[in-house]
Amino acid sequence: MRLVRDRLQYLFGSTKGLILVAIAMTTVVTAVWGMLSGPMAEFGVRDVVVRLLRMDLVQAEREGRIIILYHSIAMAVVAIETYMLTGLLKMKAFYKTAVRLLITVGYLMAMIFGMGFAYWGHNWALHGLYIAGLTLVFFAGILLTIALWPWGKDFRQPDPAYARTRTGIDIERMAFFAAALTTVISALFGAIPGSMFGNGFEAFLAENIIRYPEKTTLEYSIIGHLHIMLALIAVMITLIIGRWLNFKGILHKIAMPLIILGTIVLNVGVWGVVTPLEPVAHMIIYVGATPAMLGALMLVIFGWDKLIRQGVAGIVRPTFFQKIGALVRDPLKFGPLWQMVFMNFTVSGIGIFMAVRLDEVFRVWPAREERIELTGHWHVLSGIIATIILLYYGDMIGLKGRLRRLYGWAIILLSDLAFASVTVFEMKRLFISEAAQQPLVNTVMLLMDFGLAMLLVVLAMVMLWRLADLFKKKGRWTEEAGQDDLSTEVR
Amino acid sequence: MSRLAFSLLAIALLLSACATVDLNAPVPEYETGIDPNAWALVPAGEFLSGQHNHPATLDYDYEIMVTDVTVGLYVTYLNQALADSALRIDGEQIVGYYPGDEFRGVKHEVEIAGGDYVFVPLDDPASRFTFDGSAFAAVPGYENHPMTNVSWFGSWGYCAASGARLPIELEWEKAARGGDDGRPFPWGFDIARNQANFYASRDPFEDMGSFGSRTSPVGFYNGRSYDGYVTLDSASPYGLYDMAGNVWQWTGDVYEGQHYRYLRGGSKDTYEMDLRIWVRNNATPTYYGPAVGFRCARDVE
Repeated sequence: MRLVRDRLQYLFGSTKGLILVAIAMTTVVTAVWGMLSGPMAEFGVRDVVVRLLRMDLVQAEREGRIIILYHSIAMAVVAIETYMLTGLLKMKAFYKTAVRLLITVGYLMAMIFGMGFAYWGHNWALHGLYIAGLTLVFFAGILLTIALWPWGKDFRQPDPAYARTRTGIDIERMAFFAAALTTVISALFGAIPGSMFGNGFEAFLAENIIRYPEKTTLEYSIIGHLHIMLALIAVMITLIIGRWLNFKGILHKIAMPLIILGTIVLNVGVWGVVTPLEPVAHMIIYVGATPAMLGALMLVIFGWDKLIRQGVAGIVRPTFFQKIGALVRDPLKFGPLWQMVFMNFTVSGIGIFMAVRLDEVFRVWPAREERIELTGHWHVLSGIIATIILLYYGDMIGLKGRLRRLYGWAIILLSDLAFASVTVFEMKRLFISEAAQQPLVNTVMLLMDFGLAMLLVVLAMVMLWRLADLFKKKGRWTEEAGQDDLSTEVR
Repeated sequence: MSRLAFSLLAIALLLSACATVDLNAPVPEYETGIDPNAWALVPAGEFLSGQHNHPATLDYDYEIMVTDVTVGLYVTYLNQALADSALRIDGEQIVGYYPGDEFRGVKHEVEIAGGDYVFVPLDDPASRFTFDGSAFAAVPGYENHPMTNVSWFGSWGYCAASGARLPIELEWEKAARGGDDGRPFPWGFDIARNQANFYASRDPFEDMGSFGSRTSPVGFYNGRSYDGYVTLDSASPYGLYDMAGNVWQWTGDVYEGQHYRYLRGGSKDTYEMDLRIWVRNNATPTYYGPAVGFRCARDVE
């Protein structure tokens, strides 16, 4: 009995155990549900999976199913970020325990019962439990915001190397607080219209109504919600990576106020879509995104500079190639920052290009083409956030030497291959006609699926290793069970 | 050695993306037995509209074409219209007059003023018709395929010249769904690969390794067998064919504050989710493509 209890204690009572469970749950959902669309459907794999798992897929409910699927995965990712930041930042023990308890029960309920409702018939008790799960995650967010309150005396920043006010208030903590607070508020922008559309059983996907000139306030709210939640998850992972890499110095002092400003203005812009600010909301969003991204750029500069300095330590006059070698020596440290840079090519760059040439180019094409671009670029952003989490996780579980390099580079190269292919697929109409596109589509689809499938294989191997480890009496899990405070691993 | 092999493989893979497509690859020729000149009567009455089955009523009878307008029918129209000077050649396209729409200056709205607009392009290699400088003809084998590479204006013009009009979205939807239930597909609630022409549906006209998907003859999915390829009868409750898949179909609504025209039915290039009756697509009225066609509707005297 103790055998089981110890392992459950690790999985649900320690930082790294909680993260492992959430990653494992997300992996399973991604692997299984990834087989229901795209080329997997073309090859007939979907039909086999549906039959094998006895799923009940009603055509008219596809949009609702997808919404629940997105939320199930998103809740797990939010939970992972929460475990990370509650492990990295100081907070009262009560809040740490309460937040983790609420969010763990919440995301598991949302995922298990939500997916049960969406894909295995409509037992309304399951829907109720799904909503209850989302609600628990929301309450965890409120508690987390309270826990991150930056003005308490216990949380002052004594070290002048970090961004702080004259009175010692930790500006990085303020950035975390701002991100948490605005996340909770922005969640309401989905919850309120969701309760209306959900109860009326009239789910819709935002990308399908994007061209309608007249949208209701609640439709605008949904569109704003999905954009801002993903942006805030990205802001939060940027802050987490910054803390993990011990971001400090002058760049930290510039970056943190920029991220706070960016977070707030970005949110004001998105919230503005349901107010008379709607006509200028996009402009406010651009204004907000700029400082937030500049803050992330500061982190990249700091991190890469640090990696190079550490890597060439002891070399009197390092050459350019020695510096590059130092930069890329540890893919788990280089990777998260590189993914943030790569994001500009596959997400921000595409978004800006689309915004600039919208009426001249993109809105001349059928709406289905625009849908591909829209869904493509936010799937890539979600994927990039996931890879950053996995790279940090690789360091967290103590991967070393060749295994560390293999894991890190596999995630970076495979995901970037897939994301670059998605980007080419999204933008293909710029350089190839519909009639002549098939060879290009085949190639990018192959590269995309190869990248994603192999990435999942790598992840599956790690998960199987961790599963096998749980059967060992003195496995890695016993060490991790005692490593609750991630801040001790900040170097 | 292994690095060299990997590099060569990678280069070969990337080069495969640049392969050219033979747009004139031989196409199987089948007679479906469905008359593209036939019209079906849709009686007045209530039906369930949209994904969420909102009751809607059309209080008039109307007729709608049983199939999409074929390439054969359209080139006949083009030849006649050119002879009558109803259309003219303008560079590499055939243009015709459209009286224009009311412009309200809504965000993203483009003004459609009265004037000449493209009906069909003359220089698009994906077109299934030819023009020798004096007459149009269907590309052999495509006479009974749906007319594609035709703009909304070109569709509107054909229907008008035939004493008909493009169906509005509600008319299209009722004709596809019938009045009895909220079915997602014209034939019922589920879809099989041999029920409609959609992306990777493995029909005899597609080759996903080279040119990809192609149109199928109108009414192809009628329960007949073609050289061993067995189709299911996929007519709508009113006997219409190809209301799901093959080509998107232009509809006639001109909505206030937007220049977009709406398309229904999904196509050979979309997954089956876009073949669901309520799915809407839209494009500028000058857009034409190899997966876009139309059919006409008309009032009943």
